[in-house]
Amino acid sequence: MNFDFSDDQKLLRDQARKFLQDKCDRKSVRSILEDNQKNYDADLWSQISELGWTGTAIPEEYGGLGLGMLELCVIAEELGRALAPTPFSSSIYIFAEFLKSYGTDEQKKKYLPHIASGEKIGTFALSETNGKPKPNNIRTQHASGKLNGSKNPVSDGESADYIIVAANSDSNSNYNSLSLFIIDRNDPGLNISNLDTIDPTRPACTLDLKNVACERLGDEGSGWEMIDNIFNRAAVLFSFEQVGGAQVSLDEAKKYSLERFAFGKQIGAFQALKHKMADMYVKIELARSNAYYGAWALSTDSNELPIAAAGARVSASEAYNYASQENIQIHGGVGFTWEYDCHLFYRRSKLLSLNIGSIRQWKENLISNLEKRNIV
Amino acid sequence: MDFNDTPQEAEFRKKVRSFLEANAEKRSSLAAKPKGDSGSSISSAGAPETVKGEDAAKVALDNAKEWQRKKADAGFAAILWPKEFGGYGGTPIEQVIYAQEEHDYFVHSGYFEIGIGMLGPTMMAWGKDEDKKRFLPKMITGEEIWCQLFSEPSAGSDLAGIRMKAEKDGDEWVLNGQKVWTSGAHFADYGMIVARSDPTALKHKGLTYFYVDMKTSGIEAKPIKQISGSANFNEVFFNDVRIPDSQRIGAEGDGWKVSLTTLMNERLAVGDPPGLDFDQIFEASKEIEVEDGLAVKNSEVRQKMADWYIQSRGLQYTKYRSMTALSKGQTPGPELSISKLVTASKMQDVSSYALDLMDMSGMVHQDQNPILKNLFQNGYFFSAAMRIAGGTDEVLRNIIAERVLGLPQDERSDKKLPFNELPSGKN
Repeated sequence: MNFDFSDDQKLLRDQARKFLQDKCDRKSVRSILEDNQKNYDADLWSQISELGWTGTAIPEEYGGLGLGMLELCVIAEELGRALAPTPFSSSIYIFAEFLKSYGTDEQKKKYLPHIASGEKIGTFALSETNGKPKPNNIRTQHASGKLNGSKNPVSDGESADYIIVAANSDSNSNYNSLSLFIIDRNDPGLNISNLDTIDPTRPACTLDLKNVACERLGDEGSGWEMIDNIFNRAAVLFSFEQVGGAQVSLDEAKKYSLERFAFGKQIGAFQALKHKMADMYVKIELARSNAYYGAWALSTDSNELPIAAAGARVSASEAYNYASQENIQIHGGVGFTWEYDCHLFYRRSKLLSLNIGSIRQWKENLISNLEKRNIV
Repeated sequence: MDFNDTPQEAEFRKKVRSFLEANAEKRSSLAAKPKGDSGSSISSAGAPETVKGEDAAKVALDNAKEWQRKKADAGFAAILWPKEFGGYGGTPIEQVIYAQEEHDYFVHSGYFEIGIGMLGPTMMAWGKDEDKKRFLPKMITGEEIWCQLFSEPSAGSDLAGIRMKAEKDGDEWVLNGQKVWTSGAHFADYGMIVARSDPTALKHKGLTYFYVDMKTSGIEAKPIKQISGSANFNEVFFNDVRIPDSQRIGAEGDGWKVSLTTLMNERLAVGDPPGLDFDQIFEASKEIEVEDGLAVKNSEVRQKMADWYIQSRGLQYTKYRSMTALSKGQTPGPELSISKLVTASKMQDVSSYALDLMDMSGMVHQDQNPILKNLFQNGYFFSAAMRIAGGTDEVLRNIIAERVLGLPQDERSDKKLPFNELPSGKN
């Protein structure tokens, strides 16, 4: 039994943690939160790119470091702890993974080296309306190499240089009519407008597409299948990011409860708060273990990935939501001020539990995949 | 990351497997027993039943003793014990591997777990050499069964509040009082007991630890019928029970320290919690009809089941993390402390929700119940007990808060006064 990260991976974690403590403190997180003109911390982005984090799991032949998905999980957890305001997840967990899995060799050569070096940023545009994206609410259409339609919200769309767009490639709008296309942000038919989000350090935008030139990614009509697979892969990475943030929420709740006195003692000495923090700990440990299993499935290309990813996603989303909300509760009045940092985690946790589909949706994924496995 | 054994572990597992294959009956060969559906695994949680019809109980005990003897001959009965006391001299990971493998076989080890897991190690740490030589080998072979006489009617979560009197009379001690929740007291040959030898001392200072022969005159065990209708525990009465001072373990007044050795080993001894879990309700949901068809197709049911799935697998993978630590020769992290806390409430939620899904037929509690027999009805009762036995939910949360998270201990009003001046309520 070796259900743990290796010593090298732990060393990477320690280095990443130290680096982010230094270069991504709360002041720099707030500088993005409070500045409408900035979508991400460009200095931080260029430094983590120089360190090679963006290329961690991209093969060497396409300009990456050629390390594995486990190393990427390690980095994700640290980015989550630091609340790093960067488009890392859109560009690396999602755009790069789409290209790695479905790009032609030519496409990989064209895009991946720029993504690995951090010099270009990629993202993915799926949703068009309220509620779960599904065939009957995706209206963006592909015809003769051009895309027309509208996407909303698109994470990190304003920062992106390349965007993968999900569009119907025939008029049926069913599960076999969706295809994926890559577009360039400089296309004159593309209009990008900013959207406010519940966590401005993770921005989103609306894309309007009028005859935007595109190239197809992957097989025609296999869009939903590709999305499922890449979201499963991203879900594992996000779960580490979420566990990282949840752990810091608990750590900060604990720290405050030991500093704050009421009724003649530390508030952390009251059972009502001790038990609450014990519950936070339990949820986080379960989430961490589920995330580890996801990491194993991801790194070994196991058939278990859909189940492991959904388990990791649900567990981490619930743990982070709980930890960040109870962190505010333990802080009391100051917990809901702008000045204290509790809201940074409260914002981030909810946003992360929505960005590749809600908890509700992933629970449904989990059970339907368990049903499928049962039948097989 | 992988789930493979190291070469040494694989070698050990092979040895264990060939022993089990040659000597025990595999569970899967027991026809028509769905996983987790053996009444015993739900109702007893490892504790052998106390009343079940005397003949059946005797047969079960004899079979268990026979199995224990075989296990001891093969060296697997006490894997963590040193060889000089008849143990295997093995590592914690070997203990886990043995338990995993034995889990697939239809054998009963529950009668001996308290002795080998908790009381034996206490005797090794604190006992006299002649006692170790006399008692430990027979504890391993199952020739002599031991029980643990700790809890009392007025000392549960607050164990150090025990009142069992131990009064010195020459070279003897006289024990008077009552113990409770004692598994196996009626068939045990010996027991270890902690009693109050000095009520004028501070609460944790006035205790002394002994072993007793359960056949000593004045000891009487009575089964306690539980909410589930079965009886896994006893109350044990002590009336002028006289034992020689040579049966003391540790110094007079050191009873609490010695007890802590026993209790620390309790955490290592606790095995797999019984199985009423996601798998069972998932199966049941394919048979039960709700308002819009089969329960398994109902969105609310699916959402709930997903919660139980991540708890269940989260605990399993947490165990893998602990095993990894053991395999590397490290001490597992505090993560194991969450297991029973999560399992007991999950079982209560699962069973209560399953009865709700069954609608009116959920009321029925007899063998004809078509949905997995009585699984959920039994679980409904058993889980209420499980949230209390072996550390209540509240005590476990305190342990996590204090020992894992390092939060302040509860303020205690019982640490500075002599025991006999502490407020004690109506008792």
